[in-house]
Amino acid sequence: MKDINNLTEIRKIIGRHKRWDLMFMIAGIIALMIAVLTFIALFAQMLIDGMPRLTWLFFTSFPSRHPEMAGILSAWVGTTLVMLVTAASAVPLGIASGVYLEEYAPKNIFTEIIEINVTNLAGVPSIIYGLLALGLFVYQLGFGQSILAAGLALALLILPVVIVATREAIRSIPVAIREGAYALGATKWQTVSDHLLPYSAAGILTGVIIGLARAIGETAPIITIGALTFIAFLPPAPVTEEFPYVSFEWLSAPFTVMPIQMFNWVSRPEEAFQLNAAAAGLVLVVMTLAMNGLAIYLRYRMRKNIKW
Amino acid sequence: MAVKSHNKAKHPGKLGYSFRRHLHERFIELLLFMSALLSVAIMLAIIAMLVKESYVFFQHVSLWEFLTDTQWTPLFDNAHYGIMPLVAGTLVSSMVALLVALPLGTIIAIYLSEFAPFTVREIAKPFLELLGGVPTVVYGYFALLFVTPLLQIIFPELPGFSLLSAGLVMGIMIIPYVSSMAEDAMRAVPMHLREGSYAMGATRFQTATRVVMPAAFSGIAAAYILGISRAIGETMVVAIAAGMQPNLTWNPMEPAATITAYIVQVSLGDLPHGSIGYQTIFAAGLTLLLMTLVFNIFGHLLRKRYREIY
Repeated sequence: MKDINNLTEIRKIIGRHKRWDLMFMIAGIIALMIAVLTFIALFAQMLIDGMPRLTWLFFTSFPSRHPEMAGILSAWVGTTLVMLVTAASAVPLGIASGVYLEEYAPKNIFTEIIEINVTNLAGVPSIIYGLLALGLFVYQLGFGQSILAAGLALALLILPVVIVATREAIRSIPVAIREGAYALGATKWQTVSDHLLPYSAAGILTGVIIGLARAIGETAPIITIGALTFIAFLPPAPVTEEFPYVSFEWLSAPFTVMPIQMFNWVSRPEEAFQLNAAAAGLVLVVMTLAMNGLAIYLRYRMRKNIKW
Repeated sequence: MAVKSHNKAKHPGKLGYSFRRHLHERFIELLLFMSALLSVAIMLAIIAMLVKESYVFFQHVSLWEFLTDTQWTPLFDNAHYGIMPLVAGTLVSSMVALLVALPLGTIIAIYLSEFAPFTVREIAKPFLELLGGVPTVVYGYFALLFVTPLLQIIFPELPGFSLLSAGLVMGIMIIPYVSSMAEDAMRAVPMHLREGSYAMGATRFQTATRVVMPAAFSGIAAAYILGISRAIGETMVVAIAAGMQPNLTWNPMEPAATITAYIVQVSLGDLPHGSIGYQTIFAAGLTLLLMTLVFNIFGHLLRKRYREIY
């Protein structure tokens, strides 16, 4: 301490502290690299194993006992239909809840309970939603192990994501817009539907895409419902030849989805099936990455273009 | 539609008041309120469903046996219903995952928030987000067919299924959740605190660890709690890579089933509705929900205690 006036001593202390800075910088880069390298290894492993299996036939064949003839036709059709149900139920409900909490809700204990509850729902493990869907949708409401039950289960799962995205998008709209609308005599709903919702559409869309990307990859809740892993037929077509031209029979059809098909192949001991798993995983990852990428791009565009 | 009803108002002189318009507004508000209420209904339904089925279960099996028996073999002839092996599996795999995710996630968060140049942050953040979007079943595949063989080179005695490789992969999977939330918390710390620290001659590292981190403590704690709940509730990675055999062990090198893996195993089979086996998955689910709830309440209290308001 008595040498503190000594210039070289001070320089030494500074040098030592700067070394800590540098060391931490390196630690940070290494930590990031671990994440990056893991991702690259994961992708490369699947690419090497799965690429040879990714032929046109793989997308147009049903699962089979013979690994080289098996495909993901029923899986991707199932995923598409389940996602339709999920989007059709989670998006309107999520946006409506978000609008209510952000624009209508009075500040009281009841609103606070709803808000805390939305946060808590986001932390509930996904398999618990599967148990709820199994007890409620499959047995109590009698939907059976169907596309409808699976779609609704995933809708419950992504509801908090849509609600939070809607709230954030609406919150970022300046008060001046609302005041302008009210000043011209608009009612609350007119303000919401003509101004707030259109202006926050991009933000809400981002949240919806992220939620659906999560739902596509979710396996646990759908296994719990009891999706079959071996489906060698397609659900009834939604469009029919006779009047009324649309049919909702597909809602109650048994089904399988991409992640379940992949899980089924992974857990088989034969190596040939694991190559199929790699190919299915590759399709799944590309799908979710594309959706997440789109969401990130939309957000980036939004941040750049909107200046209130 | 609302505009039309306004035009048809019977009192054109009284601007802004129309009974139909008012009704229309109230109706929409009610609709919106109902959908907001749905989230509460979901929570209640989850609890009701788990408690209802578990209640039937606990009429067969005493709570004491459930908590103290060291075997979990509900599907065998000689059935034992001790949840301990499943809880141990869950805790060990989560512990391994958190030993990876919390330090790495924190370091990445500090680096991105306090050290990284603008371009690095702009590239790394979306990349981490993509990493968090990879389906868990894909991570399971990766753990079983890439990480386990890799670990077997280092530890030749490691079995094909192990809590270690499942936990490691799970940890890397959780990093993005922890890092992005912790980083948001640190970025929210006002600039003048950092400026004050720098003005006193502190280095970046000192500022980050002694000023920014304490100030962002409640947000960082929230990130940790989220990471813990993710690890406890994670299903597919452990179901694929850690095995499905209940095994009371604290050794991560062994295979063992977790609570979630057990639920998956039972669901894959064909258990009749209403059988005791069917009820076990709800009792297991209730245990899982209570475990995550305990951590969430703890985190909530921690946040309340240490929240800093600027």
